[in-house]
Amino acid sequence: MIDVVLRTRNVNKFFYEPEKFQVLKAIDLDVSRGEFLSLMGKSGCGKSTLMYVLSTMDTDYEGELEIAGERLTGRNQNYLAGFRNRHIGFIFQFHYLLPEFTSLQNVMLPALKLGKYSHEEIESRAYEKLKILGVEDQARKLSAKLSGGQQQRVAIARALINDPDIIMGDEPTGNLDSYNSNVVFDILHELTHTYHQTIIAVTHDEDFAKRSDRIIEMSDGMILRPRQA
Amino acid sequence: MKPVIEIAWTHIVSKPKQTIVAMLGVTFGIGMYIALISLMTGLNQFTEEVTMTSSPDIHIFNDITQDRKTILEEINPAALTYVHHQKPKQETSKIRNALQIADVIRKDPRISGVAPTLSSQVFYNYGPVQLNGLILGVEILEEDKLFDLRSKMKAGSLDDLRISTDGILVGTGLAKKLNAAVGDRVVITTPQGYTLTLKIVGMFQMGIGAVDNIRAYANISTVQTILQQDQTYITDINIKMKDRHTAKAIAPEYQAMFGYKAEDWETANATFLTGVSIRNIITWSVSITLLIVAGFGIYNILTMTIYNKMKDIAILKAMGFAGNDVRMIFMIQSLVIGFTGGLMGLVIGYILSWLISKAPFEGGDIVSLEHFPVNFDPKFYLIGIVFGVITTALAGYTPSRKAARVDPIEIIRGQ
Repeated sequence: MIDVVLRTRNVNKFFYEPEKFQVLKAIDLDVSRGEFLSLMGKSGCGKSTLMYVLSTMDTDYEGELEIAGERLTGRNQNYLAGFRNRHIGFIFQFHYLLPEFTSLQNVMLPALKLGKYSHEEIESRAYEKLKILGVEDQARKLSAKLSGGQQQRVAIARALINDPDIIMGDEPTGNLDSYNSNVVFDILHELTHTYHQTIIAVTHDEDFAKRSDRIIEMSDGMILRPRQA
Repeated sequence: MKPVIEIAWTHIVSKPKQTIVAMLGVTFGIGMYIALISLMTGLNQFTEEVTMTSSPDIHIFNDITQDRKTILEEINPAALTYVHHQKPKQETSKIRNALQIADVIRKDPRISGVAPTLSSQVFYNYGPVQLNGLILGVEILEEDKLFDLRSKMKAGSLDDLRISTDGILVGTGLAKKLNAAVGDRVVITTPQGYTLTLKIVGMFQMGIGAVDNIRAYANISTVQTILQQDQTYITDINIKMKDRHTAKAIAPEYQAMFGYKAEDWETANATFLTGVSIRNIITWSVSITLLIVAGFGIYNILTMTIYNKMKDIAILKAMGFAGNDVRMIFMIQSLVIGFTGGLMGLVIGYILSWLISKAPFEGGDIVSLEHFPVNFDPKFYLIGIVFGVITTALAGYTPSRKAARVDPIEIIRGQ
């Protein structure tokens, strides 16, 4: 039996502005642990929207969402914030580090919020993650002073700090040059293969998608066809 | 909780200019409030003190100018009568059984001192010049209990007056006008034409020109002699309360009990005391305005900060910070700004008040003052800091709530 870490059943979502429009149509999706999944599709197909439903940040949908065996549909925002902190790591197209903090502090923040470890432990764990990403020498620099590729690696380290069940990426390489895209992809790839990290990434980069484990292609709010990479 | 404080703190220190500007708003507001209220209440206290040195808490006297029934009305109570320009009856202003009344009042537990006195208009003869004045016949030790005369003596002593039969204590202003010193003799004349030579045994200074320039104290018997009256002739009973603010309530009681006019100090000095309430109104309205302006400053700066930090707020929420955490981040910022700015305001306020208290102030003949009176009551400093923190909390509340409600998807997708 496959260990399913994320499951949706019949997820529908509507936009009401400017007029009623169904953006997600009966999405059924199972993601197993350790899988590297790419969500593809033309712009406007609903892939980002699906991503934000899966991320628990968007609660305005119909259907069922379950992550790590827990049913999340109908939970309130504060509970979901705590849940994201424990179970989900995020990587965005724009790296979204807090500019006034050092790289190390940025990585530590979600763990400090979780409050599971002492400050010293969190710091050494954050160092460890930065080392995996190869940016430990940037730890004490203000995050605003790093290059784009370095920032994205710090952001990945931040996504990893609480050992999440799933990492979600919204165009994680979308804002990087091809060299840094490759570096980031290799890191993500290594994470799934070495550490069995589940990753779901929205992308429109064919190369990126082809090299992942599974591609989900979307069109007009529906999942088109499962295809093996 | 801890990362929230850390983030708030980083925001505060990473934009020092903006933080300082916001703090200065509060500092200025509270500093001015402290300086204003210290000076104003100092003035009020001084006014009240000065008032109290010249008037007793309750003053009982025979008010012969009070309206009385006309004889026509007494004879024809049912008739409609009108008497044009009625004048007071010819009677002395003596209080009958004054000493017995004083004894009765003395037993009242709300009273701390009673002094029967009598007074007379006199002319002080200075060579060919006659100076108008007032001489009070008092039991000097009782009077001291009421008005703390001992501390106001500039020369001579109260005891010198007690043991002399023709001694008087004169105000410093009066002594100066008469060019007289302790030991000199002055000749006085009453409006009735009686003349007497008295010896100056001491000088006092109340601090009010209106008193020091005309008033003299003598023993009761001396003034009775001047007025050619018997030993029961007393015109006034002065009363000191344990709590002077009860005077207004108690005065009518005595008026009803003894049948003589009993006037409390607030009524007697009503015009003097309106200044106090006007000053209070000005002080509080200016202070509150300053604090509100400071509050708007904080509101603006926080709103700007939150607008600039939308992306940060979105990412914090994605990472698992709840709306409350985000609200706390910005509330902590505004409270730190309010508290620190407030503390600096207290220091500035103290320095300003201290400078004011050292500024020379010429009171002229009316009051004897060298510097502005300033009240350094710690109560105002407490009110200042509490007010400052409350204002900033209110100013920070709306922007913080807005930050808490930011929808992260909207921000992240909007890129």
